[in-house]
Amino acid sequence: MTAGTTPYRSALPGGPDRFRHLLHAEWTKLRTVPGWVAGLVAAALLTVLFGVLAAAGMPGPCAGGAGGPAGGAADPGDVRAAEDGAGGAGDAACTPPVGPGGETVNDSFYFVHQPLEGDGSITVRITSLTGLVPADDLPDDGGPPAMEPGVEPWAKAGLIVREDTGQGSPYAAVMVTGDHGVRMQHDYVHDTAGGPGGVDDDSPRWLRLTRSGDTLTGHESTDGRHWTEVATVHLDDLPATVEAGLFVASPSATHVDDRPFGLSASGGPTRGTGVFDQVDLVGSWPRDGWRGDHMGDDPVTSSLGEMGEDGGRFTLSGSGDIGPAVGGQAFGSGRTIEQSLVGTFPGLIAVVVVATMFVTAEYRRGLMATTLTAGPRRGRALAAKALVIGGVTFAVALAAAVASVVVGERMARSGGPALSPVGTLTVVRVMVGTAALLAVAAVFALAVGVVLRRSAAAITAVVGLIVLPYILATASVLPGDASDWLLRLTPAAAFSIQQTLPVYHQVSNLYVPANGYYPLAPWAGFAVLGAYAVAALALAARLLHRRDA
Amino acid sequence: MSRRPSPARSPLRDALHAEWTKLRTVAGPAWLLLAAAASTVAVSAASAAAVTHSPGGGQDPTRIALTGVQVGQALVAVLAVVAIGGEYSTRMIGATLTAVPSRTTVLFAKATTVAAAVLAAGLVGVLGSVLAGRLLLPAGGFTPEHGYAPLSLAAGPTLRAAAGSVLYLVLVALLSLGVATAVRDGAAAVGVVLGLLYLFPVTAGLVADPDWERRLRQVSPMEAGLAVQSTVALPDLPVSPWGGVAVLAAWTAAALLSGGLLFHLRDA
Repeated sequence: MTAGTTPYRSALPGGPDRFRHLLHAEWTKLRTVPGWVAGLVAAALLTVLFGVLAAAGMPGPCAGGAGGPAGGAADPGDVRAAEDGAGGAGDAACTPPVGPGGETVNDSFYFVHQPLEGDGSITVRITSLTGLVPADDLPDDGGPPAMEPGVEPWAKAGLIVREDTGQGSPYAAVMVTGDHGVRMQHDYVHDTAGGPGGVDDDSPRWLRLTRSGDTLTGHESTDGRHWTEVATVHLDDLPATVEAGLFVASPSATHVDDRPFGLSASGGPTRGTGVFDQVDLVGSWPRDGWRGDHMGDDPVTSSLGEMGEDGGRFTLSGSGDIGPAVGGQAFGSGRTIEQSLVGTFPGLIAVVVVATMFVTAEYRRGLMATTLTAGPRRGRALAAKALVIGGVTFAVALAAAVASVVVGERMARSGGPALSPVGTLTVVRVMVGTAALLAVAAVFALAVGVVLRRSAAAITAVVGLIVLPYILATASVLPGDASDWLLRLTPAAAFSIQQTLPVYHQVSNLYVPANGYYPLAPWAGFAVLGAYAVAALALAARLLHRRDA
Repeated sequence: MSRRPSPARSPLRDALHAEWTKLRTVAGPAWLLLAAAASTVAVSAASAAAVTHSPGGGQDPTRIALTGVQVGQALVAVLAVVAIGGEYSTRMIGATLTAVPSRTTVLFAKATTVAAAVLAAGLVGVLGSVLAGRLLLPAGGFTPEHGYAPLSLAAGPTLRAAAGSVLYLVLVALLSLGVATAVRDGAAAVGVVLGLLYLFPVTAGLVADPDWERRLRQVSPMEAGLAVQSTVALPDLPVSPWGGVAVLAAWTAAALLSGGLLFHLRDA
């Protein structure tokens, strides 16, 4: 017979309150509440579902741009159509040109050219760069604005060497610009600044572009005798014979409109006119004679291109741009990965609800006392909770983000709008970053739940802090500066982790949140949310210590 | 002797009195109402101070001065959700339904009390915002020289924007009440309400197709409802000012109806 007075002792070995026991306890709590599991599954499903719906709501690659010339400046899509030369009819026009780096580009300009065999150089004097820009006052009938004299700041006149005359061909060019001095640019995305200042009859500019194998060097001079190198670039696998000559381009003007539902840009094609003379060719130029062609098949910019020659003096007029296609989401210039991830927002709300209840439910049901009895060191109990909810959310969100991106890519390939190409590392950053964003938001919600101890108030505070600034910054009447500051100072800054659109300082565009451009770098924005979460956790730990459960 | 209520008193009046007592004697609702009014004024004033007149025109000073409503609505929604969610989380709902067995009466009384409280807070918040806009906007260049009269409720469109904003807050509160009645859980209800309010504008902003974008903005309870704040470029709006309020009212009616129906069909 055993003595009836022997107290029960657990068969489990005794020991210090191991942290992994706390983790195990929190994991058990999370996975055994059907509502929370359902909430996390709903978060993942909503994320993917919204991404699919958003992708289904995309226009075809030709929609919006196809009617370009007739639509006038009121529709932002027209700017793109006029800019990227993809607005014409036909299947080929539905595929915007792609540059050597795989990015969507604009390749639309007036080109006076002839073939160059082997090494050689071309030197020219530019005595003027003038042009036409859309008038500020838009006509009331919504038609295209009238043109008035003026030079688009990024209008370009200069020398270019291209692999061939095909759209998206590799090139190097040295040029004078409307308002940004001399530049050397190559392969659409690269830009090097030369000397400042514009050109006119009193202060002309000499430019020289030299080919030597795969190396191209641009020089500038203000007197034709003293030369300064602007830049040297390498174009890989340049064929023996290239197309070289003079060019003029003038990108579309960008007007900023304050409309009731956010900023929008409109504008219209501009025209640049450059005057070239003292053309000097060195090397083997087999065909003695210049051909003037408009590159790109957009009817609007094509109609603005023309050339005249008078005793070695060339007057070129051109419209369009040689550079990366930009514009962002508002212009619909290709789809971006972040558009496939619009589901982050519903996913975020669901995750915040679950993470908040993960702790507020303990307060409501009095389980908090048990939790703190089992793990009396309160900071560790909180850490265990944060790790579990953060880790589980990260796993679920990563799966959802990967699924969203994969489904978005599939839909893009099966006849949908083209997806802007981005590097593998960027895709990984966006997917991991989205998962991390949701995980940190969950930890933030948990901490605010401890601080406020009320579900409804905590959820509203967290969702309000993360989502509302984003809405105010992207879709409201707030001025640009205020929008930028909202996305620097509030946890909404973290959405910058999803930005894949690069900013090109050499292309005029509205680099604003509404177009998908954030004021902070991806991980810097993410760090803002992280700082909020850490601060909330610190406050929560302190309150847990000071308060009775 | 036990005191019994006189049979002459109507059960609705008793229910209203009971709901008012519940709302009045807990600290939470008072703080929420105060916070809703204060945050509405604060955010409106900050927006009015931040904005500057742009020569291009097309700006809507009235709408800018009422930006705070977008923040105030979240607190108003919490208030409405707590009004019914709190009953379930504390099991008070059993006592409530024992005292007033008619569920329609209970819901009606709750809706009336919440609406009245939000009406009061909304009036304070919106009037404060208009006043802040009147004082702060001229510094940003919204002056008569630029064609902007001082913000005044005597102007028809401004009055409509202000009155519409108060109505908007009341409708959002009732929408939240309906959702919370249907969901019975404060946290989930807040999630659903914030999702309804915020997801439409976010999605519309990321959709590239202009037709889809417009359609989304037309049915969005928040954006359609806030169209009432606009005083310029009305033809450009996806929905007319009062039409937008009607869209929100339809959402509210649907939420209250489904909430009320579930309230009837389910055990508490």
